[in-house]
Amino acid sequence: MPEQAPVLEMRKITKVFPGVRALSGVDFRLFRGEVHAVMGQNGAGKSTLVKVLTGVHRHDAGEILLEGNAIAPDSPFAAQKLGISTVYQEINLCPNLSVAENMFIGRQPMRLGSIRWKELNRKAEEALAKLNIVLDVTQPLSSYSIAIQQMVAIARVLDLSSKILILDEPTSSLDEAEVERLFGVIRKLRDQGLAILFITHFLDQTYRISDRITVLQNGLFCGEYKTAQLPKLELIAKMLGKELSAFSYAAEHAAKKREAAPASKEEPVLRIRQLGLRGSIAPFDLDLSAGEVLGLAGLLGSGRTEMAKLIFGIDSAHQGEIQINGKKANINSPHAAMMAGMGFCSEDRKNEGAFSELTVRENIILALQARKGMLNFIPLKKQTEIAEKLIDSLKVKTPSAENTAGQLSGGNLQKVMLARWLATNPSVLILDEPTRGIDVGAKLEIMELILKLSREGMGVIFISSEFEEVVRCSDRVAVLRDHAKVGELSGPEVDEQNIVRTIAEGR
Amino acid sequence: MPALKRMSLGRLVWPLAALGCLLLFNLFFTPNFFHVEVKQGHLYGNLIDIIKNAAPIMLLAIGLTLVIATKGIDISVGSVVAISAGVVAILLGGDLGGVPLFPVPVAIAAALIACTAAGFWNGILVSRIGLQPIIATLILFVAGRGIAMVLTNAMVIWLYVKPFAIFGQGYWLGLPFSIYMVAGLLLLTWFVTRRTAIGMFVESVGINPTAARFSGINAKNILLGVYVFSGFCAGLSGLVVCSTVMSADGNNAGNLYELDAILAVVLGGTSLNGGKFYLLGSMIGALIIQTLTTTIYAFNVAPEISQVVKAFVVYGVSLLQSERFRRSVSGMFVKGRATA
Repeated sequence: MPEQAPVLEMRKITKVFPGVRALSGVDFRLFRGEVHAVMGQNGAGKSTLVKVLTGVHRHDAGEILLEGNAIAPDSPFAAQKLGISTVYQEINLCPNLSVAENMFIGRQPMRLGSIRWKELNRKAEEALAKLNIVLDVTQPLSSYSIAIQQMVAIARVLDLSSKILILDEPTSSLDEAEVERLFGVIRKLRDQGLAILFITHFLDQTYRISDRITVLQNGLFCGEYKTAQLPKLELIAKMLGKELSAFSYAAEHAAKKREAAPASKEEPVLRIRQLGLRGSIAPFDLDLSAGEVLGLAGLLGSGRTEMAKLIFGIDSAHQGEIQINGKKANINSPHAAMMAGMGFCSEDRKNEGAFSELTVRENIILALQARKGMLNFIPLKKQTEIAEKLIDSLKVKTPSAENTAGQLSGGNLQKVMLARWLATNPSVLILDEPTRGIDVGAKLEIMELILKLSREGMGVIFISSEFEEVVRCSDRVAVLRDHAKVGELSGPEVDEQNIVRTIAEGR
Repeated sequence: MPALKRMSLGRLVWPLAALGCLLLFNLFFTPNFFHVEVKQGHLYGNLIDIIKNAAPIMLLAIGLTLVIATKGIDISVGSVVAISAGVVAILLGGDLGGVPLFPVPVAIAAALIACTAAGFWNGILVSRIGLQPIIATLILFVAGRGIAMVLTNAMVIWLYVKPFAIFGQGYWLGLPFSIYMVAGLLLLTWFVTRRTAIGMFVESVGINPTAARFSGINAKNILLGVYVFSGFCAGLSGLVVCSTVMSADGNNAGNLYELDAILAVVLGGTSLNGGKFYLLGSMIGALIIQTLTTTIYAFNVAPEISQVVKAFVVYGVSLLQSERFRRSVSGMFVKGRATA
């Protein structure tokens, strides 16, 4: 590819939302005839970058040059007029209108106040033919697959003046064959000279379709690379914001710890076989023994939370089975999971965990009370006793058990959520990001608690974005990528380097 | 639990203060307002009348308190009152000699079962179908009155069965019988919600339904339960309404009662946003509404203005309840003093 002048250049783009620096000084270049992928974990600033470019947000600093001229689109419509065509993640078409109507909605060819249907249909067929698609444009859009609908959406935004095509997560709801078909269309457009900005969180797809990669991490620009010259491992390290060499230091320490751990040969307390939910997580196997900590590691958005919610019955699986203590368990609700001896602390304490207006005592006692049944009332005295014991042992800082949970700090609230499940004495405890957003001291306390619980015989599933934490706590680690389990590490293999390698290569 | 007690009492302070103000106003401006006399062994007077007349709303408000605590609403209770009255009327029959078609207990049981079933229907729509509570109960709000009209054949059915009059007109130990019904239902509800975990579960579902589900609470059944109970309460209320006038009028029985009952709950300190609920507060709320009505009647306020007066008082009490309003008013006061 000859290095011509870029068709689009974004320089030192900064965007600040109240309390968040979404982008700070990000550079981005896009050349004619290339597919350029923007990579980063959730929250890295990919969407914000696109929204600045398409006029949804105004940037606070920096400049955007389109073919050398400074532009400042103030609406998606203005951006479209400049030649920046965007297909968003959710297809915003009307399923009950015909394909042709969808493509020309608002700009139908008219004569004397009525639509010229023949011309409309002919134009639609021509536009689709450019993408090598032949179909009956008079049929309602909903009669075609999501992939075709996606391509109709692309055909709609493209016209003669299009210079840039932005595809925001276009493949998230497509299956493998559909993805290949879409890629065929993208390659054809690229070969016709269009500049394509492609956003996805599927690593494999990035390597299949893109020519160039820009990596963002936490709103910062990490670099621009030719895809062929950036090994997957390095890409992941950059997305995590770490140097590859940084992953080796903990390995020795971890291996030492592992030697002491006895290999457990007993029947696993939790055995999962081919559990899966379409569109959420691919079928996976998982075993957990009593007294074991199993870490779930993967990038943000890799399907860790989905996996946890499937195991705990919050989402219902469409296939597979769960066995608890060797017996098949029908986990179709959190209630069923709890009755089977599981507990689950959500990563979203505020919206999925805490009852801010209830007292700390009530917050702690709820799950145990739900397990006992609502008529089997735990006397107030007993409730206070249980709550105060847990408050003491977890060192929750609250004036009393009768203060409302809404007054607690993040770390203390997290401990209350843990206390709620510890009160039920579960045999399997699933912790989704229990250390997120809390101070360092509380983090250490919670990790120590996890190790203590496992020593006492509880099976713990531990999810954290900090691979260092996962390595420190876990006996075994299941690695996830692109909404599927891609590998498992155990014993001395458990270190950060191996986790990153497994994410990159699978097993 | 001194802290607990302090908290719930604290919530009752403002409704009590409002009720106190109304009574104080009457003490000065309404002659004989507090006069209570004994006639034929029964207590008579304005205060007794207020409680007696408030009874149907109080019964409704007990059920609604739990519904509202789950962040729901049941606007069908007025229509269910009419259904209750209709069922009783056709089972007792309009025989002038006072000979019932079916025994009185059978008629009462049938009415309560019918109303509980109506509540079950609401509960299914909300908890299983997932309709928004206001829409789900709007269906029965409209259809219920139609059912009542069909039951009574669109006529007012007069009842002459003497024993049935006890609910609305009877006395026991010198006090109206309906007061005992309210007290009984209140005690029972308090016991069932506060001496089992049901109250806490209802509140948790109202505060954060997702977290409640994730904590292993069967939120659907809690929702179903409160609507069923609300239907049952409306059935009881219908018995009192029907018995008070000894007639069933499908068109007017319980008309707009749902609004007074919702108002009573809100005046009593339970938020429409769900969460903490205050049964006793709802009772005080119902008394505030009834005292207001009685006061307005005592002053011979023209009917067209009386609604406006009522609206202003309700507005004032609602503002008093708002912590933010109280804070900004006291803030103004403090600032004013500082600059003076």
